[in-house]
Amino acid sequence: MKRITFYFLLFTLFLASCTPTPVAPQTITIMTHDSFAIGEDVIKTFEADNNAKVVFLQSGDAGAVINQAILTKDAPLADVLFGVDNTFLSRALNADIFETYPSPMLADIADEFKIDSSNRALPVDYGDVCINYDKNYFTENNLPVPLTFEDLAKPEYKDLLVVENPATSSPGLAFLLATRAHFGDGYLDYWKSLKANGAVVVDGWETAYYTNFSASSGKGAQTMVVSYASSPAAEVFFAAEPLTESPTASIVASDMCFRQIEFVGILKNGKNRDLAQKFVDFMLSQKFQEDMPLNMFVYPVNKNAKLPDVFVKFAQVAESPAALSYSEIASNRDSWIEDWTQAMK
Amino acid sequence: MQNKILNHGDTETLRNKFLRAFASPWFFRILLWLAPILFLLSFFFLPLSKILFLAFNTSAFTKANFQLILSTLSFTFYQATLSTILTFVLGIPSAILFSRFDFRGKSLLRALTAVPFMLPTVVVASSFNALVGNHGLFSFFSSSFILHPSSFSLILSAHVFYNTTIVIRIVGNALSRLDPKLEQSARSLGADTFRVWKNITLPLLRPSLLAAALLVFMFDFTSFGVILLLGGSNFSTLEVEIYLRVLKLPNLPLAALLSIVQLIFTLIFSILYTRTINQVTTQTAPRFSLARPPKTIRERAFVFTVYCSLFTFFFLPLISLPIRSLTRLEADRGQRGEVQYGFTTDYYKELFINRRGSLFYVPPIQAAANSLGYASLTVFLSLALGYPAAYALAKPTRLEKFLDPLIMLPLGASAVMLGLGFIISFGRSLASPWFVPIAHTLVALPFVIRTLQPALASIPERLRQAASTLGASPFRVWQTVDFPILSRATLSAATFAFTVSLGEFGATLLLTRPEYPTIPIAIQRFLSQPGGLNFGQAMAMATLLMLLTTLAILIIEKLRLPNSGEF
Repeated sequence: MKRITFYFLLFTLFLASCTPTPVAPQTITIMTHDSFAIGEDVIKTFEADNNAKVVFLQSGDAGAVINQAILTKDAPLADVLFGVDNTFLSRALNADIFETYPSPMLADIADEFKIDSSNRALPVDYGDVCINYDKNYFTENNLPVPLTFEDLAKPEYKDLLVVENPATSSPGLAFLLATRAHFGDGYLDYWKSLKANGAVVVDGWETAYYTNFSASSGKGAQTMVVSYASSPAAEVFFAAEPLTESPTASIVASDMCFRQIEFVGILKNGKNRDLAQKFVDFMLSQKFQEDMPLNMFVYPVNKNAKLPDVFVKFAQVAESPAALSYSEIASNRDSWIEDWTQAMK
Repeated sequence: MQNKILNHGDTETLRNKFLRAFASPWFFRILLWLAPILFLLSFFFLPLSKILFLAFNTSAFTKANFQLILSTLSFTFYQATLSTILTFVLGIPSAILFSRFDFRGKSLLRALTAVPFMLPTVVVASSFNALVGNHGLFSFFSSSFILHPSSFSLILSAHVFYNTTIVIRIVGNALSRLDPKLEQSARSLGADTFRVWKNITLPLLRPSLLAAALLVFMFDFTSFGVILLLGGSNFSTLEVEIYLRVLKLPNLPLAALLSIVQLIFTLIFSILYTRTINQVTTQTAPRFSLARPPKTIRERAFVFTVYCSLFTFFFLPLISLPIRSLTRLEADRGQRGEVQYGFTTDYYKELFINRRGSLFYVPPIQAAANSLGYASLTVFLSLALGYPAAYALAKPTRLEKFLDPLIMLPLGASAVMLGLGFIISFGRSLASPWFVPIAHTLVALPFVIRTLQPALASIPERLRQAASTLGASPFRVWQTVDFPILSRATLSAATFAFTVSLGEFGATLLLTRPEYPTIPIAIQRFLSQPGGLNFGQAMAMATLLMLLTTLAILIIEKLRLPNSGEF
């Protein structure tokens, strides 16, 4: 009896191995930062169309992700890397971790975003880092909103600004770059005057926004914070009670914002080049680009992508963001941060 | 029967030989060490040395770098020493309170002291601020009591807030393990309270005091989140500096040098600890149920004072979380100056809705289940590995004395560097969910071993001998002598491992994020975008985390096993 069962099992195993199964989906791994988010059905569409399974590897902030990609250059952890921005792009390009890929979708993207002319890093989204202010505080105190960097150092804005440390925070670095673009070599003197005027420096965006900023739910002491031009839209979208007006607004005056552009690239030595290219095309396509704003509160680079209502009504775009070339940032970024740290001690 | 033995005489001697070899002290020792050493080798020493070899080169030996290391090191030392002293100032009276006295709400208060250990720093900071800050519900606090504290004193109090539980658990356990007859006889011989403490209690407590001091000091020495959050750009410890040099101002050789300095100092502290602890060999017969309600006025005053200070220091910041998670202040924002507060359960309801159809949405029950699952695995793994190691270290041979300080090294290794080591050692397999409990165990193991070791060493050998002379089998000896004494230390160790895992202490820097997101990850996701709902949901999730931990600790402590007596 036992023997019969054994043979029967063997036979079923044999049968199971012979029956034609559908081709197993190929897996594609996307390495990205912790803030990455996207709609479930968007990814499902890609998976169904390409018989693929998409795996996301979220490993820390953008800096950590680039580090890991550089360290594992020869045996990469993923096929595609998304989330390098223009302040850190040089590190990825110098380490030569990306394949060249001139995606056909680039035709739908404005030239101002195509920073890497060799098409190793392709632009996906952008967002402006600007000062957000507590609208209520300024109207109540009849205080005009500062429209230049110089205004911020004036006595009427004493103790009202909180900024992030550029050594630890990405919006903090972006804001430092904006001041550097505006003041040139005099930027450190400006920062000293900001410090004298009671500007508070904290480690990261979460602390600045939720602990220090007065118009957030944290009810902090500072009425101006370095955040994103899309933050007022997020305040409305994520309001606990429906709001008709955002409690915050951004100062988008000329020179006062810095534009962060995020890129995607295909990792060298990856396993699945074909699928990786398809995924990059997909990220630049209308479907993905239109889903991005509400998930990550960034702007699409694809000209055809329509913005959600809450963005149209409440998010602002910088008039003329600080102009600082990518190569200038690449060669000076670290020394600017070091000098800033010394100056603010 | 008789026949059988005779017939199989040959195999019997063989078996005896085998058994003797098996029972030989050396073989036994090796068996004890096998698992912990294999674990530490493959998940700590190997990845760490790989990355250090890769990153380190002599280009880091510049004058500027040495100056940086020196100034960072001296600040690290300074704040760690001050923090440890302050932690003991609050911790020792609390340990006495919990081990000597019974009062209402004791287990809850003790569980609460362990909660900060695993709450994300930014959550505590913003909820506390939302309550007592300039515009908070109890803003009178900020004007009358907390007059703009400097960031340095904030760092110190945060360290006390986080680490007091270590002193309470380790020293408190030892205190309740002491034989009260020693103190009683000293008293009957005419010694006053001070002399009893100086001559009897303190010397007996020395191993646990040292163990607690070492752990607290190590935690303050490698402090990361607190310094980054509260120190602004003015203060930085070795750990923070390593993080900056790896991720923000990349200079891997300098980062490697800093890591080596930090490791060397960790090793020095551990060696000092091992040296001192080996001089102490006091063993006492354990007694249970020392705790009793306070009787005299002095005792009542003591209980009242310590109770109140613990209550203010731990309860108020923690209660601000649940209050904030049920408070609405949105509607009137942007219209009037005065913030109107109201009651709402919206944040909790919203946790269950995936409004944007996001791929990364985590249902709260799922996150809680994942967190609990990882925490249980961590408790199991770290006890399974820590128990044999602590057993061996309780009566170490010469070689094992050398191994002892190495056990502490995972606490002194920079999480960022070790994370890089993990990546080059394990590559794509790092995405496996098994790495989460492994990383948590790495952090928890030094605690577990240091908690079990003094307890194991305190078991009097004569009790064991007496038991076996009376005919008890080795298992029976373990069951009746070792186990009752150990069950308390084991519960403490388990609680540590559990909270370390729930709070994901430092492990977030070690790992990539696979498919099972935990509560701390969910909190982080909410806090990464603006909006009242996000903030409220982060507070709601943090409240869940807090409730879960408090409940789990209460349950662990209630697991009173037969014979273990009053905990």
